[in-house]
Order: sequence, then C-alpha cells, then structure tokens
Amino acid sequence: MTQAVNHVALLPLYAAAGTAILILLADLFLGRFQLAAGLLGAAGTAVCALVPRDTGTFCTGDLCSWVVTSRAALLTLVFAALTAGVLALSAPVLRQGYAPPGEYPFLLACSMAGGVVVAYAGDLITLIVGLETLTLPLYVLVGLRRGRSLLAGASAAVTFFLISVISTAVALLGAALLYAATGALHLTALHDATGQFAALGTAGAALLVVGFAFKVAAVPLHAWAPATYDGAPVPVAAYLSTASKLGGVLALAAVVQRLDTGPVVAVLAVLTMTVGNLVALRQERMVRLLAWSSVAQAGYILAPLAAAGVEAALAYAIFFVLLEFVAFAAVAALRGPGADGGALLAYRGAGRRNPWVGAALVLALAGLAGLPPGLAGLFAKVTIVESLIAAGWGWLAGVVALNAVIALAYYVRVAALLYTVPQSPGISVLDPALLPARARVPLALTTTLLVGAVVAVLAGFAPQSIFDTLAG
Amino acid sequence: MTLLLQILLVAVVAIPVAGAAVVALMPASRDRGARVVATVFAAAGLVAALVLVLWPYLRGVGGDPTLGPWAEIDAAWVPALGVDFHLGVDGLSAPLVVLTALLTLLCCAYTVWKVPAGGSGRTLAGLLLILEAGILGTFLALDLVLFFVFFEVVLLPMYAVIAGWGGPDRRRAARKFVLYTLFGSVLLLLGVFTVVVAAGTGDMLALAGGFGLSHTTQYVAFALFAVAFAVKAPLWPLHSWLPDAHTEAPTVGSVILAGVLLKMGTYGLIRVGVGVAPEGAVWASPVLGILAVAAILVGSLVCLRQTELKRLIAYSSVSHMGFVLLGIATHTVTGLQAALIGNIAHGVITGLLFFLAGAIKDRTHTGALADLGGLRETAPRLAGLLGFAAIASLGLPGLAGFWGEAFAVVAAVERGGALWTTLAVLAALGGALTAVYFLRLLRRVTHGPASPAVTGVPAISRPEWWAWSPLVLLALAVGLVPALALTGTLDPLAALTGALR
Repeated sequence: MTQAVNHVALLPLYAAAGTAILILLADLFLGRFQLAAGLLGAAGTAVCALVPRDTGTFCTGDLCSWVVTSRAALLTLVFAALTAGVLALSAPVLRQGYAPPGEYPFLLACSMAGGVVVAYAGDLITLIVGLETLTLPLYVLVGLRRGRSLLAGASAAVTFFLISVISTAVALLGAALLYAATGALHLTALHDATGQFAALGTAGAALLVVGFAFKVAAVPLHAWAPATYDGAPVPVAAYLSTASKLGGVLALAAVVQRLDTGPVVAVLAVLTMTVGNLVALRQERMVRLLAWSSVAQAGYILAPLAAAGVEAALAYAIFFVLLEFVAFAAVAALRGPGADGGALLAYRGAGRRNPWVGAALVLALAGLAGLPPGLAGLFAKVTIVESLIAAGWGWLAGVVALNAVIALAYYVRVAALLYTVPQSPGISVLDPALLPARARVPLALTTTLLVGAVVAVLAGFAPQSIFDTLAG
Repeated sequence: MTLLLQILLVAVVAIPVAGAAVVALMPASRDRGARVVATVFAAAGLVAALVLVLWPYLRGVGGDPTLGPWAEIDAAWVPALGVDFHLGVDGLSAPLVVLTALLTLLCCAYTVWKVPAGGSGRTLAGLLLILEAGILGTFLALDLVLFFVFFEVVLLPMYAVIAGWGGPDRRRAARKFVLYTLFGSVLLLLGVFTVVVAAGTGDMLALAGGFGLSHTTQYVAFALFAVAFAVKAPLWPLHSWLPDAHTEAPTVGSVILAGVLLKMGTYGLIRVGVGVAPEGAVWASPVLGILAVAAILVGSLVCLRQTELKRLIAYSSVSHMGFVLLGIATHTVTGLQAALIGNIAHGVITGLLFFLAGAIKDRTHTGALADLGGLRETAPRLAGLLGFAAIASLGLPGLAGFWGEAFAVVAAVERGGALWTTLAVLAALGGALTAVYFLRLLRRVTHGPASPAVTGVPAISRPEWWAWSPLVLLALAVGLVPALALTGTLDPLAALTGALR
C-alpha cells in the first residue's frame, strides 16, 4: 500500500533537518560559517512553520501522524528561536575553541529537528521518536567540551544518557501496553481502556506519564537534572532547561488530554514544585539553583495538566522557556566563555558592574517568580491558577500559590546578591583598577540577551496572541 | 470630553512609568539631573491626578461626583483570562489618588536634596515612580484581575527600596516584607479567581453588591480577601513585617510605605472585600472587629515600651490601621467613611512623622529615645513640628487624626449589641493609650536637658520645609474640613453596603 505524502506539510521538518546538513557542509567545505548556517537554518525553519497549511500527512482515515495546527506552528517557532538563541549564546564558546565549531551547531540543529517532530506529532510512536531525536544529540553536547572540567562534563553526560534511555524504555512500554489494551496510537484517538483491559490500559497510561516525567525532570524522577545542568556548558544547560523541557511538556500534554491520569499527575506536580523549591533554597551554585528552580517550574506546568488544562500548561511553558532562556543568557553574559555557572557568591555586585545584564537577569528571575516588572511571568502564574480554579482544583491552586511564596525567597536572594557591594577585607580599596573589572560582554551575547528580554516583555504585554494561537 | 478624561486617566498611571523609563535611560553621571527629571514627572503626575479628581467640580456639570466613577476607560486586554484594562475614579479612590501623587512628588523632591546611603539616587527616584504607578493603578483599577496585577507591581520595587537604601539590618527586613506581602497577594490571586470563575466577570462595578454569588463562594472569597488585605494593611497578628520594614527603610521608603502602600490593604478590603463579597463581610465582621480592636490595643501597648523612634511610629501605624479596620468591620456607612478618612489622615500624618523621624535620625545618628532628650532646646522648630505631628496622630479634635478614630468608635456603638459596644469601649481605651504613648514620646524626645546627641543639630533646611509643609497643611485642612476626603463617598459606599439592606 502506498501513501500520499504531503511534502508541504513536512516543510518545517525538512528545513530543520536541512539546517543540520547545511552546517555539516559548511564545516566540511568552508571550515567556517557553521554558526551562520545554523542561524540561517533556524530562521528558515521558523519561516516554514509560518506558511499556513491546515492539513496533516501520513493519514489513515481521519487520523494523521503529522498534524498541522497553529499550535504546532507556534511551538516550532519557539523551538527554532531557542535553537538560534542558544547558537548565538555559544558563539564566544566556539570562537575560543572550547567546543568543536562544526559538531556543536550540527548537534543542536538535529535536536531542533526532533523538537519540530514533537510539535507536529500525531501519534505516540512519532512523538517518542521525536522526543528521542530531541534529546539524543544533547547527551553528546553535555559532554562536548574541550579543556577543563572534562570529568564533570563526562559524568553529567553519562548520567543524563542512562536516565534518558531508561525513561524512553518506560515510555515505550507504556505506549505498547496502551496499544495492546485499546488499539489506539494516534493522539486524538487515545482513550481509557475498558472491560478486561482496563487495568492494563491504566498501567500503560501511568508508565507513559512516568516516562515523559523523566524528560521534564519531575520529582521523584528529577535527580539527573541539577548534576547534568551544572556539568554542561551554560548555553547547553539553557537548551536543556528550555527546548528539551518543552518537548517533555508537549509529550505529557498529548497523553494527559485523553487519558485519565489526573491523580498521578497531581501527585507528581505537588511533589515536583515543593521539592524543587525547597531544595533550591539551599543551593550555593548558580546553575544548580536555576536547575532546581526549573524542576519546581515543571511542577507548575504539571499542575494544570492534572486538571487537563492543556492550553494553560502550554501557555505557561512558553512564558517559562522565554524567561528561563533570558536568565541563562544573562548568566552566560556575566560569566564569559568557557566558564561554568560558578558559585552564587561570584555574582556579588555583578549587577552594579553590568547594569543592563543585571537588569535582564532581574527581569527574568522576577518573571520566574511570577512577579512584575515583566508581565510574562505574572500572566503565566495567573493562567495556571485560573485554569485550576476553573477546573475545580482549588486545593492544587493553593499549593501552587504557596510554592510561589517559597520560590520568591531564593529568586530574591540571587537578585539582591547582584547589587550587593562587594566587601573588601581589611583596608578599603581606593584604586578603581583594583576593583573587579567591568566584564566586556561579546556582541553576540548582548544581542541575544536584548532580543530575548524584548520578546519576554512584549509577550507579557500581549499574552492574548499566545492564547489565541494555542487555542486555534 | 470623555475622551479627554480617559486620556487623563491613563496618563495618571503612564506618566510615572514614562518618568521611570526616562530616568533609567539617563547616563549614570547625570545623577542629580535624573532626580530632577523624576521630580518633574512626579509633579506632572500630581497635576494630572488633581485635574482628574477635581474634574466634576471644575466643570460644574459633566458628571455628578456622587454617582459612580466620573471617568472610566474599559478595553479588553487578555480575554482568555478575563482581564480588561478597566480604570475609573470615583469618590472612594479620588482622595487616595491625590495622596499617592502628592507623597511621591514630595519624596522625589526630597531625594533631589538628599540621597540615602546605599545606591544611586537616580535608581531610587525611578523606583519611587514605579511604586507610584503600581499604587495608583491599584486604586484606579475597576477590574479584579487588573487590580491584582497592579497590587503585585509594587512588591519588588518596595523590596528594592528597603534592601538597597535601608539601615544596617535591611536585607532581613526587606526579605520579611516581600515574603509576607507576596503571601498576602497570592491569597488575593486565589480569591480573585474564585470570584471571577464563579461570576464569569471581573468587572468590579458589576460585581459590587455580591452579583448573586452563592453564600459559599462569598464566604471563601471574603476569607481569602480578608487575610490577603490583612497582611498588607497590616492587621494584628499578621503585622510583624511592618516594624522591621519601617525601622530599616530609608525615609522616603517609610513615607511611601506608611503613607499609601498600607492603604492598598484597607482600600482593597472596602472595594474588593466588602464590595464583591458583602455576605462574606457580614459573616466575618465579628472576627474582623475583634482582631481590629486587638490590633489597636496591642499596637498601643507595644508602643508604650518602644525605645526607638521609627519603631514606635511603625507600631503606632498598627494601632491606627486597627481603627481603620474596625470601621470597615462594622459594615456601616459611618464606619466605612471613618475608615476612608482614617486612611487619608494616617497617610498624611504618618508620612510627616516618618519624614521628621528621618530628619532627626540623619542629624543625630541615633533613633534611641533615651539619647534624644532636649531636642526642643537645640532645634525648637523640628521639635515643634514633631509635637504637631504627634498631637495630630493621637487624634486631637480639629486635626486630621480625630475623625477616623472617633467615628470608628461611633460606628461600633451604632452597630449595637454587647459585642460591638464592648469593642467600642476597648477601642476608645486604645485611643486614650495612643495619647499616652505619643505624650511619652514627646516628653522623652523634646523635653528635658539637651543630650550630647542633639547638640548642634542643623536647622530645618529649605527643601525640608518644602517637603513637609504640604503635609502640615493637609493635616490641618482634613481636620477642619473632613468633607475634603469624604465628598462623593456616600453613594458608592451605600451601593457597596446597601445590597444587604
């Protein structure tokens, strides 16, 4: 049996995969412009996502394995933007030879292709394949660093790899059980099993949720995340906590929409946000703190998923990845190429030396805490609480609200640290040359940070466009 | 005309934001210039606020101030969350709007003259403008979710003001402030959506009077609102952030905090708590009344034992806000009017008190009452002003502090019954205690032989006179003509409470 393939519908995927090939060719024949090729390809992918089409492909009857919706287009746009942003963040790292200039952008582009597949996936197998394509290159990226702290990178990569493989196996087992119990693989056709297979179907659904929960680093399946983020180069950690997490959220959203997984997800959500926030309170290293905070944020995303509020969860996820990206970009800008996130104390007074980078970091942290000046985080929090109360899950909304208070304690600690005057021991230093120098931030980083911050602020003022696209 | 009013309404909130943006973009070397620019923007904001508020009187016609908001703007913002950009000004919010704009202007002008140690003056002025925008937005918002958004805007700027320019223990105090108030504001968020989801709208004008919400919804919503606003106001026993925050905050921070930030709590309780969930308000009124009287008594008793100037004034705020909350708890028009005028009076007088306390601390480098004896000998004008402010605060008839406290007690008596009569008596007793501790303060600080700390203190400078005299005049004016703060409040209040009668 032959199947008609709608190549136009597949354009974003072609563009994303083409990006990877383009980078490879640029590396092979020119030996330079790999980064430019990556940025160009990401832009092309974004453009292809915006070409309006309303049909899917790989269909059997009404059910398609590749579903084209405006939501998928928006998410592709987000994946492409994140990839381009991380590429730009990596520019100084690549220029100074901390990572191989060809392989690094190539792997990121491959990962982007996986993200595109996840966004458009219409059945469980496509979804899992997409998710694997999204994460597989990241194992290498985490460990891919020349020079110092090789060991930390390698151990982070291996931890991440093992955990990820196990989670994929669990998710596949869940999909298989669900298929055995209900005969459904397409996301729109998923339903709870009845009769003698009810138990089997429930087990399958639970395993799927657990498998995907690994990807978003939900407690108790979170232990890999802080070590991996901290061991990876800062731009890669940014990608892990934004694009990779978004993929996991999409996968979870697809599953919980049709299956009765509320209780499992609710328990995961409460554990995730509470544990994430409490542990983050005690962190002394920047990237670890962000990692634990991103664990807690995953809990907020899971909460509406428990009540099947998929749109609220996705809207929150989009606001979250924007703010998280800005936070990581600011950290990368403050630390300079080749450095890891460093200890929190290293950021003492950084906001005074680099006022604009400091302001961007404060904007991002306040947003992650759900507070103005950026309205994106505020509306994200409001969305979650509104959807939970509207769905009758008032108690969960209360848990989210209390967690927001706990979370503010550490966000505000970091933000305050940026503006602390560094205490000089003994005699006071009068010579300005002896004070920590105002670090020069590379142009690529400044631009990325500026674009990220502007997009985050604009999204805060016009959140309705995001809601409309997600609903449409 | 309506278009002009709508532009004015948006301008009142937008001018401070624009000012903050301009200040942020000015080069760091032009620090003083930036502070002057901030003051100019604050002045423009005050002019806009005055025109907006006095509009019905200036025009003579074009809107009867006693009927609902005379200026209103309503535009959809985020329909998915039910958020409308709905602002309006009526008799309840008008005096607070003017007070906010005035205090911000005075604080910005004060910052031009003197920047507290800790950071750049331009950042401080910018933060003051952001605070103003958030507070004004809260007072003007007529949409529940928008109200919440503005309520949250002030959290971090106030934190930054305390943590950046405060005293030696500022970090802890600022953290305590921000965590406490965020706790209050997340409860507000829960309450707002309990109402919005149940009613299907966030329009506060439509919701006023209950909107036919079920008993359970109203009880739950009011409980959430009451705790949320009780943290902000603050109401005993949720007040413990306040003394620390006030003691550590810089002078301008204390003035804004006591002068208008606390009012967001009491205004919210009237507009949102009583307005949206009136049955819940009636149901909870005995508890609220008892807590309010407890706050009055506890605040006064603690004041009697305070040895630090700013801490004493901070605790006196707890006691004064207790009177305001008692007025609200009685759920009568008299009580609510007492609460409104108490709000304004406390804002004016405590603002002045904190300015004076700051000036004394800056000059003598101590806030300990024991070290300040004999101020009258060396700085008679400063001591005289402190005496005036303290007497206004203790509620001498003819000055602003009197009306709020007296009529809160009257309202409790009017409410009748054993409980409310007892509360009235206890509150009156608390009022007497207020007199005791303020007289004690005056005796300790101004009288007696001059201590070493107060010898050779500089006289009051011209900028200080400029910053303080409007407050002195207002304390007199509101005391002599309370209608200044109460015109146009009767009908909105009757609309809020009348739904039950």
